[in-house]
Amino acid sequence: MSKAIYALYDDDEIMVEGAKSILSKNIRIKDVYSPFPIHGLENVLGIKWTRLAITAFLYGLTATTLALIGMYYFMIEDWPMNIGGKPSMNLYQNLPAFIPITFEFTVLCAAHGMAITYFVRNGLFPGMPARNPHPRTTDDHFAIEIMKDENGGISDDEIRTILQDTNPVEIFEK
Amino acid sequence: MFGTKQKLETSKNQKQVTLLDNKELSRDHMQKESAIREPLILGDKTYHQITEDVCAPVEGKANKYWYMVFGLSVVVALWGLGCITYTIGRGIGTWGLNTTVDWAWDITNFVWWVGIGHAGTLISAVLLLFRQKWRMAINRSAEAMTIFAVMMAALFPGIHMGRIWMAYWVFPLPNQFGSLWVNFNSPLLWDVFAISTYFSVSLVFWYIGLIPDFATIRDRAVKPVSKMAYSVLSFGWTGNAKAWIRFEEVSLVLAGLATPLVFSVHSIVSMDFATSVIPGWHTTIFPPYFVAGAIFSGFAMVQTLLLMVRKLLHLENYITVKHGEYMNIVIVITGSIVGVAYLSELFISWYSGVEYEGYAFRNRATGPYWWAYWSMMTCNVITPQLFWFKKIRTSLVASFILSIFVNIGMWFERFVIIVTSLHRDYIPSNWTMFHPTFVDIGIFIGTIGIFFTLFLLFSRFFPVLALNELKSILKSSGDNYKKKENHE
Repeated sequence: MSKAIYALYDDDEIMVEGAKSILSKNIRIKDVYSPFPIHGLENVLGIKWTRLAITAFLYGLTATTLALIGMYYFMIEDWPMNIGGKPSMNLYQNLPAFIPITFEFTVLCAAHGMAITYFVRNGLFPGMPARNPHPRTTDDHFAIEIMKDENGGISDDEIRTILQDTNPVEIFEK
Repeated sequence: MFGTKQKLETSKNQKQVTLLDNKELSRDHMQKESAIREPLILGDKTYHQITEDVCAPVEGKANKYWYMVFGLSVVVALWGLGCITYTIGRGIGTWGLNTTVDWAWDITNFVWWVGIGHAGTLISAVLLLFRQKWRMAINRSAEAMTIFAVMMAALFPGIHMGRIWMAYWVFPLPNQFGSLWVNFNSPLLWDVFAISTYFSVSLVFWYIGLIPDFATIRDRAVKPVSKMAYSVLSFGWTGNAKAWIRFEEVSLVLAGLATPLVFSVHSIVSMDFATSVIPGWHTTIFPPYFVAGAIFSGFAMVQTLLLMVRKLLHLENYITVKHGEYMNIVIVITGSIVGVAYLSELFISWYSGVEYEGYAFRNRATGPYWWAYWSMMTCNVITPQLFWFKKIRTSLVASFILSIFVNIGMWFERFVIIVTSLHRDYIPSNWTMFHPTFVDIGIFIGTIGIFFTLFLLFSRFFPVLALNELKSILKSSGDNYKKKENHE
């Protein structure tokens, strides 16, 4: 027994118009699959913007703190060295020399932390099976996914009729 | 009370509507493009045609030219690997270094490769922030080039250490000799952090962009082996709406992070020299001058590679003459900055009144290494100026030849900075010359071989153009769509 109905389109603009008309008929769209990002689609579907940038900031902030604490410990607390007549006395005096590594470490952790969060949130791992409904949604087709059990009041045939009015190239169930 | 709440609700709704309108407006604005702007995708292309064209080299058989270039690269790479093995086995005595010139080809090659590695991230990050659509056709291969170039760069300090199996000592690890740490005040350690951050962030940036395109190849794959390989590589990408939102956000934030990174890395490389007290090195102009030089040489290498890829993989409709022209404009601008930096250095060496500084620069231009200095001046300052002529910068043959000139000139720049400053020590009895041995030459040529081998493998098994990004600009910058719009 299939759980979802899909409408497949061959143009992004037709698909976006289709999505608007489907939503106006009070049918819930579960997801949309496309071969490239479609700007403005999130407003149509009412998807909240991602907070990945905030995570990057937090990872960066952690890294800045860690880098400064680390260098303070290595260079001033644990084993102070006097190289070329430049003693390591306190953080304030050494700070200019610590800036490059603080910066690099901040970028390193912010970038990798955000990338890892991105993989986890998107469920992207080596060997994960492909879950896109149609192989051409990564090529030149666009699919709208509608879950049957999320539209209790509307029958499958009615959904199909509404989808048919949005000019898809194909309607299928999966 | 109720009335106030209702008023608030209404104003909130109105705000949302205006916000939506603004977003819709900006979307329209992004999609429409001035009619006088030349198209970036030529021919009668559709989304599917783009997929077909970009996947063709991956899915089909390589042509004889690919095999010829690949064969040659592998032979050169093997020679280089042989020389590296010989160095590790016998020690640094196999190189032409001496007690006066203790940095020469190794560090020249290191800086040259790092510099080349700057264009990829500049194209993918800085041009993304500036919303330059022409980057779409070239970013993927430029990023690949960056990664391979930084790998080649990192090789040199590694083998220069002599005992490469102790290379991990450059990292701040607690060790068996007590708590003696690496020196965080030293630019050499800054370099370790800069290069490793740059390499790994560029790699992640590149791979995140590749995942959706691997998914395209996965969904088209017929042979079970390639289906399995691209399934693993594509990490199970589905391309749903939220995934694309995250994809765009990650790309944007990574671009924001990578942009200052590009500038910091070569600034730090320049501080390896600038913070020392060697005449010719001890100058405050170094960081911006090195960054401009890095972008200059990086773009030249991208130009060389793309003109080859364009021909070998038949991508003339995507890597157009216009793309070449844009890159030549960047080359002429950065080349001019480098030229001004050279002249400023000369002026300051005279104006400062410092005897050592003045001698260092007179010696560069008229001393025993005059030929290196004038090769550098010719290739970096004079020949790129030809790109001011539209005829030359839109000629692919001229672009190819001049880009190779820049590559040569930039190698000489590093050689001049490093060797001419060192070979005249403070005590004239220490004055000497540097003569490279066959091992020095072998390793350098070898890294070019390894670099090309990796790049050719990339062009054979990876999508060389960013499929999803090209598709997103097709309707605004595709030739057929632009013509249709102009007609209307």
